[in-house]
Amino acid sequence: MSNKEPKRDGGVTQESIFGSGDESERSRSSPAQRLRRSYNFYLKTPFAVAWSDWRTRIGGIGILFYILMGTVGVLITPEARLNEGDYFVQPFVNMQYPLGTDHLGRDILSLAVHSTPAMLKMALAGLIFAVGLAIIFGMIAGYKGGMLDNLMMTVADVFIVLPGLPLIIVLSAIFTPRDAFIVGAILSISAWPRLARELRSQVLALRSEDFVEASRAMGISTPTIVGQELVPKVAPYMLIRGAGAAVGVIRNSVALYFLGILPFSSENWGVMLNQAYGQANAVQTPSRTYLMILPLVLLSGMLFSAILFSQGLDRVFNPRLRARNSEGSREEDGGDGGAGAI
Amino acid sequence: MALTHMRYYVRRIAQSAFTMLSGLFLTYALYRIIPGSPLQNIIADIVERQRQSGGQIDSEQIARIAETMTGINPDEPIIVGFFDYVAGIVLQGDFGTSILYQRPVFDILFSAMPWSIFLSVYGLMLGITMTLLFGVLMAWHEGSVLDKGGTVTILLVQSIPYYVVAIVMLSFLAFQWGLFPSGGRAPRAATPGFNLEFMIGILYHASLPILSTFLVGFGAGAIGMRANTVSIVGSDYLRSARLRGVSTNRILTRYLTRNAILPLYTGFVIGIGALFSSNVITEQIFAYQGAGWFLFEAATNTDYPLVMGSFIFFGGVTVMGILIADLTYGLIDPRAESGSTRESF
Repeated sequence: MSNKEPKRDGGVTQESIFGSGDESERSRSSPAQRLRRSYNFYLKTPFAVAWSDWRTRIGGIGILFYILMGTVGVLITPEARLNEGDYFVQPFVNMQYPLGTDHLGRDILSLAVHSTPAMLKMALAGLIFAVGLAIIFGMIAGYKGGMLDNLMMTVADVFIVLPGLPLIIVLSAIFTPRDAFIVGAILSISAWPRLARELRSQVLALRSEDFVEASRAMGISTPTIVGQELVPKVAPYMLIRGAGAAVGVIRNSVALYFLGILPFSSENWGVMLNQAYGQANAVQTPSRTYLMILPLVLLSGMLFSAILFSQGLDRVFNPRLRARNSEGSREEDGGDGGAGAI
Repeated sequence: MALTHMRYYVRRIAQSAFTMLSGLFLTYALYRIIPGSPLQNIIADIVERQRQSGGQIDSEQIARIAETMTGINPDEPIIVGFFDYVAGIVLQGDFGTSILYQRPVFDILFSAMPWSIFLSVYGLMLGITMTLLFGVLMAWHEGSVLDKGGTVTILLVQSIPYYVVAIVMLSFLAFQWGLFPSGGRAPRAATPGFNLEFMIGILYHASLPILSTFLVGFGAGAIGMRANTVSIVGSDYLRSARLRGVSTNRILTRYLTRNAILPLYTGFVIGIGALFSSNVITEQIFAYQGAGWFLFEAATNTDYPLVMGSFIFFGGVTVMGILIADLTYGLIDPRAESGSTRESF
């Protein structure tokens, strides 16, 4: 902070009335400085803040592991083929198939690895769809108020009332979705209205804040106020809740694939479970239990990482919780960087 | 005062009825509009059969056959059909006849409902009790080993889906060790009724499903309960109660838990709906013939009237839950205000 100070002439400037002066300082600095500042602001500080909490650290590493498994892992593991090995090879017996083979002689490990992209796609689609709809509905309804608010919240209420899992089962039976992205979008249908409602109540609190009122008095247009003043304030919250929606999508999709209500278009853990249960009788036969263990462990691990990560983020971004239990999360940058901007 | 309250109640109830109807209409319309919907499949089937037998294709006759098969006249506009359907339910209690079972939908669901309610209520009771216990204890001993261990336990419970636990329990406890029955609602040998053998048999058969239902309700709530309690532990009235020499037990039950429950109350009541929904999967895994089991069978076999009927049941439970939560919250927390005075801009 101190090395930037001399550029001021000491007089009372506009920014000391309306803000910290970041805006005008930014316009006076060189491109390299600007680059470094935005690197600090958007990458380094949030990362350092996130790293300071053990939940985000472990959850983040877990998520990274699954992303690597879905991208690099798919490239380095050969795809599982029918009858590539004997049927029902137990795990740790033949090192060519370290975790054994299934009822069709396929290597379980490579099946599980090649299932990861589909799972990630579903989670991503669920996150984008749920958060996107929630932002559109929650933001507009909360900020505009009046009739529009009533109308949009009625729509959201209708979707809240529709029982989530039964609706998804009915929809999947009607549409028989095959693409992982579409499956994710359909499964998130029970998540978005609740998100929209929560977002709306946050916006309700924000809309009567002074800075919003000031912006409105200055004649700034509604889209600008919403986009530039409100969205950044609720973005971390949306990310956290979006991770929750993704968790729900993964959980439900595996259940529905397991029960066989979604068409088997690609390999995923739910399909593996379904085949182990339905075709290999793994639940009834003790010697075949190993067929179910890997998908179950991978699934639980993915959910665990996502939940841990989102809870950690909640702790990092929620100022009330942060004030209680961390000192290291405040960074240089004038004490106003990173998490401080929330 | 009383009048505004009355008006609020009436408005909320009307609103619930409206949302319920809209949801129902959405499902109804989806079944009719979507290409490849069950109804269109059935019609295409009939047309195909008539063409093969070389007969004249008579659209009126097809519509009649389809109507007897599904209870829907495809020539009717969707709005009219929906109106007829709702009128049938409201005026005659007629939910249609199941295609799959050839029995009235109402009879099927009415006999299945108690079983689902049985599972859900027990699961919810257990879940709430454990949530409160865990939450308050963890907050009371904030920062201790109990708190940290509890947090990790809850995280693990939350991240292992309930159906995974159900599958593992089924595999080990039921099939491999034979401790519990692997499916069904009651022992076959026992005669249904008010006798000890039957009643114990029911509990025995329901124990695994209830355990996995309990996991649905537990977890997320306990963390929230802990957070609420922690914020109350530091409050002045609690400190003054301690200074007045009020016993710890009384502080824990009367002063702390009661107030910490408030923000979670709505969640608990609405949670009933979520529990019922999760039953669709649990009942399927344990072959437990409740309402969820029938919904699943109906959806996979495109048994249209039964799907709609189950949907009314599940939607009704959720709507009632939300409505009760809204209407009673004012009684539980008098500070809550209803209605809004916000300006629109």
